[in-house]
Amino acid sequence: MNLDRVLQYSQAYNFYRWVFGRHAPEPGVVFLSQRRVYILPTRHGLIFGVAVVLMLIGSINYNLSLGYVLTFLLAGLGIVSILHTFRNLAHLYVSAGRVEPVFAGDTAQFQLVFENKSGFDRHSLDLACGEAAANCTVPACAHRAVNLSVKTEKRGWLQLGRVTVATRFPLGLMRAWSYVQPDMRALVYPRPDTAPLPPPHSEADSGDEISIGAGTDDFVGLRPYQDSDSPHHIAWKASARSDLLLTKLFTGRAASELWFDWEHLPANLHTEARLSRLARWVLLAEERGLHYGLKLPGVTVPLGEGLPHRERCLKELALHHG
Amino acid sequence: MADAKAPEALPLPPFSVLIAGAALAVAPHTLWVPFWVNVVATALLCWRGTLSLRAGKLPARWLLFLLTLISSVGVYLSYRTIMGRDPGVILLVLLLFLKLLETRARRDIFVVAFLSYFVALADFFYSQSIPTAGLMLLTVFVVTSALVGFSAPQRPLVDDLKTAGRMLAQAGPVMLLLFFLFPRVQGPLWGVPQDAYTASTGLSETMSPGSISGLSASDAIAFRVKFEGTPPSRAQLYWRGPVMSDFDGLTWRVGLPQLRRNIGVEPGGPQADYEVTLEPHNRNWMFALEMPTRIPSTARLTTDYLVISLTPIRSRMRYQMSSTPQFKASGGANPQDLAMALRLPRGFNPRSQALAREWRESLPDDSAIIRRAIEFYRGSRFEYTLEPPLLGRNSVDEFLFDTKQGFCEHFASSFVFLMRAAGVPARVVTGYQGGDTNPVDGYMVIRQADAHAWAEVWLAGNGWTRVDPTAAAVPVRVEFGITAAAPKGAELPLLMRTNFGWLKSLRNNWEALTNQWNQWVLGYNPDRQREMLSWLGVQPDWETMTMMLFWSVAGTLLLIALWLLRGIRREDAVQRAWLRFCDKLARAGLARASAEGPFDYAGRVARQLPLRSDTVRAIAALYVDQRYGPAADGDSIGRLQRLVREFRP
Repeated sequence: MNLDRVLQYSQAYNFYRWVFGRHAPEPGVVFLSQRRVYILPTRHGLIFGVAVVLMLIGSINYNLSLGYVLTFLLAGLGIVSILHTFRNLAHLYVSAGRVEPVFAGDTAQFQLVFENKSGFDRHSLDLACGEAAANCTVPACAHRAVNLSVKTEKRGWLQLGRVTVATRFPLGLMRAWSYVQPDMRALVYPRPDTAPLPPPHSEADSGDEISIGAGTDDFVGLRPYQDSDSPHHIAWKASARSDLLLTKLFTGRAASELWFDWEHLPANLHTEARLSRLARWVLLAEERGLHYGLKLPGVTVPLGEGLPHRERCLKELALHHG
Repeated sequence: MADAKAPEALPLPPFSVLIAGAALAVAPHTLWVPFWVNVVATALLCWRGTLSLRAGKLPARWLLFLLTLISSVGVYLSYRTIMGRDPGVILLVLLLFLKLLETRARRDIFVVAFLSYFVALADFFYSQSIPTAGLMLLTVFVVTSALVGFSAPQRPLVDDLKTAGRMLAQAGPVMLLLFFLFPRVQGPLWGVPQDAYTASTGLSETMSPGSISGLSASDAIAFRVKFEGTPPSRAQLYWRGPVMSDFDGLTWRVGLPQLRRNIGVEPGGPQADYEVTLEPHNRNWMFALEMPTRIPSTARLTTDYLVISLTPIRSRMRYQMSSTPQFKASGGANPQDLAMALRLPRGFNPRSQALAREWRESLPDDSAIIRRAIEFYRGSRFEYTLEPPLLGRNSVDEFLFDTKQGFCEHFASSFVFLMRAAGVPARVVTGYQGGDTNPVDGYMVIRQADAHAWAEVWLAGNGWTRVDPTAAAVPVRVEFGITAAAPKGAELPLLMRTNFGWLKSLRNNWEALTNQWNQWVLGYNPDRQREMLSWLGVQPDWETMTMMLFWSVAGTLLLIALWLLRGIRREDAVQRAWLRFCDKLARAGLARASAEGPFDYAGRVARQLPLRSDTVRAIAALYVDQRYGPAADGDSIGRLQRLVREFRP
């Protein structure tokens, strides 16, 4: 225990952890302390070094006193640029921003928030995480949010990988970088397929008891708005003429309450296809302002409507195991 | 390579700055390169400028390759080689502009920038003056600004310039430390191209009519002298250069130098100690006041009393010497030298020979002959002119008896001829006579225009004795310098004319500055470095220098780093103290949950550790106050740190 504490403060241990350790996501605000910022010359920086050495040799060979001045000035510039590049990255605060859920195949936008509490601007920070890349500048004493667009493939939680924050400012001769692994995940819904809504009497059993009642097909009249009514059904024009907010009423054979049941899907559909189908139905039902519920093995989402309801259904689909 | 992606368009503002930087680096070279190079370079630059402004397509690779090939052929045709210094520099310049034409990606930017630095370095082959240094600084500044601009393309140009200026200002101290402390090595490391040291103005190994008067129009400085104590009078300021004994009727030449072991000069008066800073002239001789009694350890003395260096002087050189203006140079004139000093070509100048024979027959001894000759010069109404008439085969006869117009080389040459014809060993000495003391810094400046020639005769018992026939014929030349001696309206160097008082004082100031520049910047060589370190009381070996260099650069960088990172530390202290506090609690099993704010956490800890509750709440309050409050103050931070330090869960 004690030895471990001592080791934790040594650079060697840090290096060991950095190379071999598993990088657990860091919750909260990550401070890019000096120990987290690494710096090495870029390829151009190495060429610059070689050029300076050549110039030094030339100055010695031809006894060029001003050649020494130029060579040493450039050498000084190279050395000073280490400090400037380091300063451009160190002491930044990085925290996780918002992530909107997306459908599989779309790009998830991971928002990272950079906070610069120091009195100088941070220029040209390059963010990279796998294929995703972004660039931003954080002015002095300001916040900047940057979106990293990560292409999604599978449904479920998508954890943001280790993000490399790097900078080559000001001369491009040095590259300072740091690794950040914010605790950020995006919810990826199953990709909806293109199936139409099921007819009420088909596999998607809507229940016998509601074959007649409020539906969505034929308009029959208006009634006062209730909280559970879909905004799609508000009669805006009629409401404008009356004191009340009015909801349009429809009748139809297609019942207003639909149950999307895993079990009633064709037996030959495999799991992901079923989830895609169900996702599609949830979207369509919400679009048409229906009451709908979802039955998955082990989970049932009761009837409901509205965006929170839709998201709950999609989340269950996204996180379905089995 | 990372640049293998599709080339992105280069942002125009930094690219314009880069082009300006490249043009600045090339600018001083336009003065010496062949005309066609200027034309080609300008054309390439205009072409690139047009392409940038109109976002045109860059020329194809094969075309650029062809242009490179044509440029190389052009250089070859101009110089008959593409090796060597000048052709190399021209190729570098053309390459830089051709590279600008294929600048597509980030990588090319750096190539252009680095090539510009090299071209700026190459400028120092031709000039290392203060203005050149200023132009170099400007070039580095502009090119660096362009690099800054490319690394942050959205910034306004002014900010790039500011950043570049700030970085250069910070690189300055590092540069100074490296310049003064980097262990110096005397170059060259290997053979340098033949044309590296082109002939510079100055005296040469031969003297024929016109060779010294050709120098009289030159303002260039030959060397500078700093006397310890009062300098000798102007009439004694004979700076000895090459000695010529070999005459073919038209041209005087130096003999083969032979080294002498002892100095062989008896001082006849007070000694003068002085330091000479000699401009490079690509010859071996080093100038000393007649006659040297102490010479630098690296130098040698020839039998002609000429101080020489073992290698040609190709960089500015500084040396200490002592001389005695009144002397007896009787030591070791060997019979060969004396025989040489009597030799005359057959069949030249019959009238002079007859005159000399007459003197020999009528006068008792050598010194009487010399006195007679000096009287002859004094009485013959010679005219001192910078533009003497052309002389034929019997040049001495024509000068002495017909034209009577000449420059110091005519006087010296004819005098030595007369002496030899009369049987007195004599030879021509070339060098400089006089020198002006710059009132600003006290250095005496000797210019090419002060070049002079005089005679030396051998007198038994007295040794080699200086006789200046010019002084006899035109005394003002030696007493007041060439300006007084030359007739009015002669083509004297502008700055040597007497009627520009203000110009002269301006020049004195400028030359004093240039001298400091030469002494401390251009003349800073391994010797000077050793001197400076010894003066500082440091052992001047390379280990000590390396250690000094390392620690001083490290210290400077630390100061720069502290300056750059100022304003961050205080805020950091608050966060550090809080994290340390959390750490201590975590070890006691009370780790902060990720979503827990400072007050919630403190509340929970206070409930768990009732004895410490006051401290814990105080720490949390201080932390929140300093971290999120309007302004942090030092006392509160100190208290927070102390509380955390003393806190035991």
